[in-house]
Amino acid sequence: MLTVLFDGLAYGMLLFVLAVGLSVTLGLMNFINLAHGAFAMAGGYIAVVLMQRFGLSLFWGLPVAFIVTAAAGAFLERTLYVHLYDKPHLEQVMFTIGLVFMSVASVDYFMGASPQIVDVPKSLEGNIEIGDLTLNKYRLFVIVFCAVLTAALQLGLSRTRFGSRLRAAVDDARVARGLGINVTAIFALTFAFGSGLAGLGGALGAAIFSLDPQFPLKFMIYFLVVIAVGGTTTITGPFFASILLGVADVAGKYYTPTIAGHQIQVGGFVIYTIMVLVLIFRPQGLFGRAPGK
Amino acid sequence: MIDTAAHATQGGESRAMAYFAERAKWRWPEFALWIGAFALAFLFPSRALLFNEVAILALFALSLDIVLGYAGIVSLGHGAFFGLGAYVAGLLAKAGAGAGLLSDPTFGLLISAIFCAFVGYITSFLVLRGADLTRLMVTLGVALIFAELANRMAWLTGGADGLQGVMPGKILGLFEFDLFGRNAYLYSLTTLFLLFIVARKVINSPFGVSLRAIKGNALRAGAVGINVNRRLNGAYTLGAAYAGVAGALLAQTTAFVSLDVMEFHRSADVMLIVIFGGVGTLYGAIIGAAAFKILYDLLAAATPQYWQFWLGLILVLLVLFVRGGIMGLVTGVYQRLTGKGGAA
Amino acid sequence: MSQASNSVLATKNLVRRFGGLVATNDVTFSLPAGARHALIGPNGAGKTTFVNLLSGVLPPTSGQVFLDGQDVSAWPVFKRARAGLSRTFQINQLFADFTPLETIGLALSEAHSEGAQFWRRAGTSRAVVDEAVAILEQLDLGDVMEHRVGSLPYGKQRLLEIAIAVAPKPKVLLLDEPAAGVPEGEREQILEIVEALPKEMALVLIEHDMDLVFRFAKTISVLVQGALFVEGPASEVARDPRVRQVYLGESEVEHHLDTPPPGGAGHGHAGEAGRGGAA
Repeated sequence: MLTVLFDGLAYGMLLFVLAVGLSVTLGLMNFINLAHGAFAMAGGYIAVVLMQRFGLSLFWGLPVAFIVTAAAGAFLERTLYVHLYDKPHLEQVMFTIGLVFMSVASVDYFMGASPQIVDVPKSLEGNIEIGDLTLNKYRLFVIVFCAVLTAALQLGLSRTRFGSRLRAAVDDARVARGLGINVTAIFALTFAFGSGLAGLGGALGAAIFSLDPQFPLKFMIYFLVVIAVGGTTTITGPFFASILLGVADVAGKYYTPTIAGHQIQVGGFVIYTIMVLVLIFRPQGLFGRAPGK
Repeated sequence: MIDTAAHATQGGESRAMAYFAERAKWRWPEFALWIGAFALAFLFPSRALLFNEVAILALFALSLDIVLGYAGIVSLGHGAFFGLGAYVAGLLAKAGAGAGLLSDPTFGLLISAIFCAFVGYITSFLVLRGADLTRLMVTLGVALIFAELANRMAWLTGGADGLQGVMPGKILGLFEFDLFGRNAYLYSLTTLFLLFIVARKVINSPFGVSLRAIKGNALRAGAVGINVNRRLNGAYTLGAAYAGVAGALLAQTTAFVSLDVMEFHRSADVMLIVIFGGVGTLYGAIIGAAAFKILYDLLAAATPQYWQFWLGLILVLLVLFVRGGIMGLVTGVYQRLTGKGGAA
Repeated sequence: MSQASNSVLATKNLVRRFGGLVATNDVTFSLPAGARHALIGPNGAGKTTFVNLLSGVLPPTSGQVFLDGQDVSAWPVFKRARAGLSRTFQINQLFADFTPLETIGLALSEAHSEGAQFWRRAGTSRAVVDEAVAILEQLDLGDVMEHRVGSLPYGKQRLLEIAIAVAPKPKVLLLDEPAAGVPEGEREQILEIVEALPKEMALVLIEHDMDLVFRFAKTISVLVQGALFVEGPASEVARDPRVRQVYLGESEVEHHLDTPPPGGAGHGHAGEAGRGGAA
């Protein structure tokens, strides 16, 4: 039971780091970037290449994955995405799905279709025993790392000048513009940073979930669930939504109740149902607040 | 003084009647397209299986065009209805075991259509509660739920092994599905043609005009007294029924249903086809389906696993540079040729 | 309902808040059948919010709206429209890809409850086509009725915005600045059409242009900071010193207002107000 919670927590934390950028950019520009997962995948593969081809440890992979995907995000934002903000949602969806398809095929071409096996650093191998509890060292590292990151993000948002401007822009971009805040620049920076975080999450998670070229498609659904449940007005919403989703997902894989002689794996089913119910009854998200205007 | 009870001038009224009649008129490229499509069955009988796939895909795309192009509902989960239709028809054909009413493919189409219309009508209320973004996620979520259900209910659907023993009977008790797929193609194409005529009629009806109005300006549509959500319920239901028929055609002509019919890529592919062909044009769905299949064959032949890349690239370029898809280009050329306004 | 007896449109203690801002403040108002009423007020007085509350575009925070004596406060826009409440928008709300003929045909199909028919071709209902062409011809849109709305000159679009609201023969018509943005040369045509609207239709005109207001309105309400400030016959309101102060005050001591008009717009309006007062 506690192991499930622990694994779920690690998984949820990862999901948060992966999805938070998407949630903020969605709230900021009302722009649907379904290709967000491609950045995460890029980060994962960057770490894999560094480790497999250059023999570097994952500790090097993390910052490099962050920087490279952030730079790629900034580049794509300025060259491609910028043309799409005032287009209908449908075109945004098609465009970003197009990017997903391209990234999936490209990675398949260069890296092969099979899942990558990622070795965790030597120092993080194995388990720690606390009483009866067996904790995987790497997962513990992920939890601590993501917790620190989340705290830093929250502090950054609430204490820095950039953070307050970002919050103002998410709240009401028009008013923020009127106050002389450069929303375009804020968005570009946020987009790059969010992409970087996704890349970081991809690198961090490569050892936990299977990293293969289908990653952006598979995780697109998880990201949408996080946003649907968490809302886009805060980062605490997506945070709790991620944890919930992580625990529910892991638990769903462990528990398979038997109904009428059939073993039923409830995992996905429950998650999708929750998502649809939340969307219908609380369109602003379970943790989001209603647009207060 | 403006008199709201006044009558139109003779000239004005006849001009208006002529205008409406002209708008809905069949044009020669339309005849050419359908005659050509039927001719394919006899010109290239060896490719009939491929044509059959295109016809089914075209019907599926047509169904999404009603939902997306006319009702303006961005759905990422339209494949759910395709899959449902396939399972319903497959299960019926299995139960009928090759004989009797249950096995009659046309009966299967009817039941699939009714079932999917029902599910579509119910889910349309969930979908319409939110705005664009929420709709996207609700449609996706609903589709995922159905996919999970199909997967979990293996006792009914055969689960990952697929539904075995689908034995469709003779069409109307007369025509048997042959090995080369010619009858299958003619069957699918006829279904597509009939449903296309119905769709075309609906689109040109007052109901269809009000759908275009809602998509054009929902605020004004409400202000002239249109019950926006009720109309969208109707369009979504119709789209669901059409998708169900497309799925049923696939199940019957391939005599097999696998979990693949419910997968996400179905929804993504069909959306791509509609965009590719031209949103809100009806013919875009058919041309888009053909183009999609041709492209798939070409690109997949050159680089079997990487066709997705080219597809993605085409999508990106389409959004960035081409508005209105293939139909946008086609109508542009047609207008130049004939020097007059757009086709239906 | 006590509001019912002699008014086609009425409100009772109508309030609308946006966060801390009170855009409509406890407005109780009543409009008799066939009224020629103008709703005026300085910029930011909440005129458009009030119209949005009447037509159902916005739900009220509290209070009620009555149409023909019936409480319609919870009704959506389309239901109020069907019950005979029509409106134009300050910014054209048209279907760019339609033709004027289709636009009016659509509005009339709904008025005849034929809008949901899916089994027959649009344009086969003789009565709808006849009425649509008649109204288009009377509003000088007859010769462009088969043109794409998006490609029409602005003045024509403005006429269509009125035509689409008038076509269903509403009991009440709310005109939100019908002449806004229309070039000087074409203004007169709009004014004449507004003046020529059927007598039995109750009209509410929201306007900045005092020429138009005093030429058209028999009664006037002045809205200031969301509340009804003065109400009465046009001649009395024109003489009311408080009204003149509100309007003059706008140009002379702009900073006294909570929401100053943007840019030079305030001066223009105040100038018009001055002319209106003199007329």
